[in-house]
Amino acid sequence: MTMHTLTVAEAICEGLREEMERDPRVFLMGEDVGAIGGIFATSRGLQEKFGPERVRDAPISEAAIVGYAIGAAVAGLRPVVECGGFVDFLSLTMDQIVNQAAKLRYMFGGKGTVPIVIRAAQGTGVKLAAQHSQSLEAWFAHIPGLIVVCPSTPADAKGLLLAAIRNPNPVIFLEHKMLYFVKGDVPDGEGLERIGVAARRREGTDVTLCSYSLMTHRCLEAADLLGQRGVSCEVIDLRTIRPWDKTALLDSVRKTHRLAVVHEAVRSFGAGAEIAATVMDEAFDELDAPVLRIAAHDIPMPFNDTLERETVPTVERIVEAVEKLG
Amino acid sequence: MVTTPKDLDGLPAAKWVELYTLMVRIRQFEERIMPLLKEGKIRGTAHPSVGQEAVAAGVCGVLEPRDYIVSNHRGHGHCIAKGMKTPEMMAELFAKATGSNKGKGGSMHIADLDQYIIGCTGIVGSGAPIAGGAALSAKMQKTGQAVVCFFGDGAINQGVVFESMNMAAIWRLPVIFVCENNLYALSTPAEKMTALKKLSDRAQGFGMPGFQVPGNELRTVARFTREALERARAGHGPTFLECKTYRWYGHSAMRPDTRAYRAAEEEAEWRKRDPIALAERELGEAGLLDAEKIAEIGRAIAKEIDVAVAFAERSPEPALAEMFTDVYAPF
Repeated sequence: MTMHTLTVAEAICEGLREEMERDPRVFLMGEDVGAIGGIFATSRGLQEKFGPERVRDAPISEAAIVGYAIGAAVAGLRPVVECGGFVDFLSLTMDQIVNQAAKLRYMFGGKGTVPIVIRAAQGTGVKLAAQHSQSLEAWFAHIPGLIVVCPSTPADAKGLLLAAIRNPNPVIFLEHKMLYFVKGDVPDGEGLERIGVAARRREGTDVTLCSYSLMTHRCLEAADLLGQRGVSCEVIDLRTIRPWDKTALLDSVRKTHRLAVVHEAVRSFGAGAEIAATVMDEAFDELDAPVLRIAAHDIPMPFNDTLERETVPTVERIVEAVEKLG
Repeated sequence: MVTTPKDLDGLPAAKWVELYTLMVRIRQFEERIMPLLKEGKIRGTAHPSVGQEAVAAGVCGVLEPRDYIVSNHRGHGHCIAKGMKTPEMMAELFAKATGSNKGKGGSMHIADLDQYIIGCTGIVGSGAPIAGGAALSAKMQKTGQAVVCFFGDGAINQGVVFESMNMAAIWRLPVIFVCENNLYALSTPAEKMTALKKLSDRAQGFGMPGFQVPGNELRTVARFTREALERARAGHGPTFLECKTYRWYGHSAMRPDTRAYRAAEEEAEWRKRDPIALAERELGEAGLLDAEKIAEIGRAIAKEIDVAVAFAERSPEPALAEMFTDVYAPF
């Protein structure tokens, strides 16, 4: 397969452009998506190409942006929306996401679909403090009816975005601020990926590191260091949080018998708890050690550089914790 | 166009009889479910719209079949007026497999996309952006459809309603925001919760036309709706209609009591302005209805509701496995 190199931001932009070319029902709506291509420049140039109707600048009205997307989707369009870019702002849209988008089809007895994609950026690294740095995937993953995607590479960002836009269900598409400028190979052509399928990023025999989004990269770095110290790590990138690829993870755990789940969201009631509980339910006898959760401390994100860095899992913290697994 | 003597306000006689019949159907449907709720044959709750029939019929009755509506928790009337069949609605209230929503939605979430009813919602004001989005779809796809968003006076102070009205105005979307001002949000008087004398004045702040409409007058509601539809379809954007009306009964089956917040005299006064009696008088004077026709319609609808109740009663419960279906569309 021939490849080209893109950043995650460029890969998202390429995916949006190709989907809009392929399907006239697809349109973008959100704050500042036009002239500047969104706060993270993920739709750069698209308004020039497709015009202000299909790349639609919206007022700062996050709840209505999502609600409008729902109405437009039920009526036959395929909206992709951005609510000011930051996932933190989706707190303003929770009624529309949780009570409407996720439930309409069920409440209506299977009539209608809500094919919307809500894109938002998560995570730390840009020193924007507690209201612009959260990782909220567990909020959305807790709601039956939603799909939650957290890509970690340019190829996945594009391939899973295509899958999200074509999916008939509401998809929360969570990008990471620190990944937007990360470069990687993206397949020429469509490069469609499947929702709900994990990727094994590194093979290993002693410990499984299960992660997604930016933390996948930290796990890979940690795996290098641990490898030098004689611990062979397998790294599973879930890519999708709901539905998550239980089969791939259980297969890995049956091989390594040790598991650490690593995420940037706070530890309590996070995705790691669900994953750990599931592995204990279904593969308890395979485990040689308790399942480890390596996650952000249970605090709002501090502004200070050092405090921010130490709040979320660092490579050092992952290495240290995994070494203690024995 | 040739106007026959039986035309009224530019609508043919048959249309007025149809609108009147819708009102009777709503009234009888609502009146019939109240004892069924008390008996426990209908579980949960329901929010009867008795007294407000002229809004539902006057608005929905003049829409095109492909126009959308989005309704709220007090939505039976809107759905009936938009063309839903009473047996499947009644079966839904009975939570039966044959209900419009397969028994998974109930009174507050009745929907029928085949009739372009995007559904009722139980979160106050939450339908406004969904209606706006349907209107955006209509505009972008140039379908010529219009959208009606029903909400109550209680929703008038919800932020998302403001956001939605603003977006509809800046994008000149074909949507009509119909506020049924029945004077009380559950127990709270609308006049105590806004500093405005007329809720319709809110429209000015969004740069859209707004009108206060006597909501118990079928003819007036229909006239304002048709004018708003003309603006919508001509690309002139949204309209806000505040239809002043009154619910005869309590907020819901759970809270049927009203005495703590409104006086018996006030209730009696509004009952004198019964929208159905008013329509009978007006349409009668115009020679479109007579006592015989009124009695005939009443009997026919009573029979129809009997059929709906019987259908609901004999319908099966949903199979247990149904609880796991429809969470996701297949992908």
